[in-house]
Amino acid sequence: MARAPASAKARGRTTTTTARGATGAKAGAARGSARTRSAAGPPAAKNAATAASKAGAARKPSNHPTAVRQASGADVPVEIRPVRPGDLAQVIAIDSIVTGLEKAGYWRTIHRRYGDAERAGRRFLVADAGGRVAGFVIGEVRDWEFGSPPCGWVFAIDVHPQFRLAGLGTRLVAALADWFRSEGVSTMRTILARDNTLILSFFRSLGMTTGPFIPLEIDLERPGLFPLDRERDR
Amino acid sequence: MRLQKNTLLALYSVLEFAYDPSRHISASEIAQKYDISPHHLAKVLSELARSGYVESVRGVGGGYRFAANARRVTLMDIISLFEDFTSSPAERREPGEETPVGQALASVMREIDEIAKATLSSITLATMLQWIEHNRQSRPAKRSAARSPARAVPAANARERRES
Repeated sequence: MARAPASAKARGRTTTTTARGATGAKAGAARGSARTRSAAGPPAAKNAATAASKAGAARKPSNHPTAVRQASGADVPVEIRPVRPGDLAQVIAIDSIVTGLEKAGYWRTIHRRYGDAERAGRRFLVADAGGRVAGFVIGEVRDWEFGSPPCGWVFAIDVHPQFRLAGLGTRLVAALADWFRSEGVSTMRTILARDNTLILSFFRSLGMTTGPFIPLEIDLERPGLFPLDRERDR
Repeated sequence: MRLQKNTLLALYSVLEFAYDPSRHISASEIAQKYDISPHHLAKVLSELARSGYVESVRGVGGGYRFAANARRVTLMDIISLFEDFTSSPAERREPGEETPVGQALASVMREIDEIAKATLSSITLATMLQWIEHNRQSRPAKRSAARSPARAVPAANARERRES
């Protein structure tokens, strides 16, 4: 989870106008392991000023986010629902277990941006297993960036290690996909490090394939290559 | 990229086995289905068995059956048994590769290889089986399709042919 949200935050909007063509991933038959842990980001959430989280009194204080209660989430009924302010501590805990980094400030910002169910185009869902947050997914509808017709980005997904292999990742993505459809979006998209085989496999198991866009980047510190540097040195 | 013949036979076979893990399938059945030399296939199957992806079943009705976890085995796992797809350009000696032209070309080829590797490493046999099943249901069987080893979903088509 570590990298993408961070970079999504750090980078500005890169909007290129290129050919359209959004025949990306069709979520096909969905079944597969839910060993999910990833984050993938559309570039930069707009620096939308965020309405203070309308945190009504936090429900579910969730004191023991890392307590191990059972081997898998299988026998606990799991409900996929929008995040609530009281879930945040558990979300932060899951992320820090998985990534080894606790990013409380970051997650509070994300929660302000995405946790508001009223906010158009954004969704932050959690898997609630008998009152515990077992996993979460965050998505957003983005219009016309990169020349792409509106599409739904999955930009963070995480399942508590204790609840993996129970299909929760699949259910989270399926719920997000349903919501994207209800928003009138017909393509769902994500981006991952290509050495993140585990999560790539997870999304592949949902039927996702390489989309029509190719990410490009350049190391701005590397001297002497191509016109960018020559322009700078002039 | 193009897979070598043995690699392709291995992928056909392993998907055929994984499609129904409980079933013993003989080498000759696969050879017939994919229109390939049984002798050629035998070597491929014994390599798959040696690596633990299939196990041989002796006796009448013997053959091989799937012995791995389809959700954990990727296409790359199978491919790398038969070809050294992952070797970096540094290990492959090509004439002219030390020249600036050679180096620039090598970096393009490396970029392509990296993407291919990431793709093949992220697609499990279970994912393939879902695709195969999806194709099987969404298009009527083409009887001739299963004969050509170049088809993308021969196992599914072949199975349909058998069932029909």
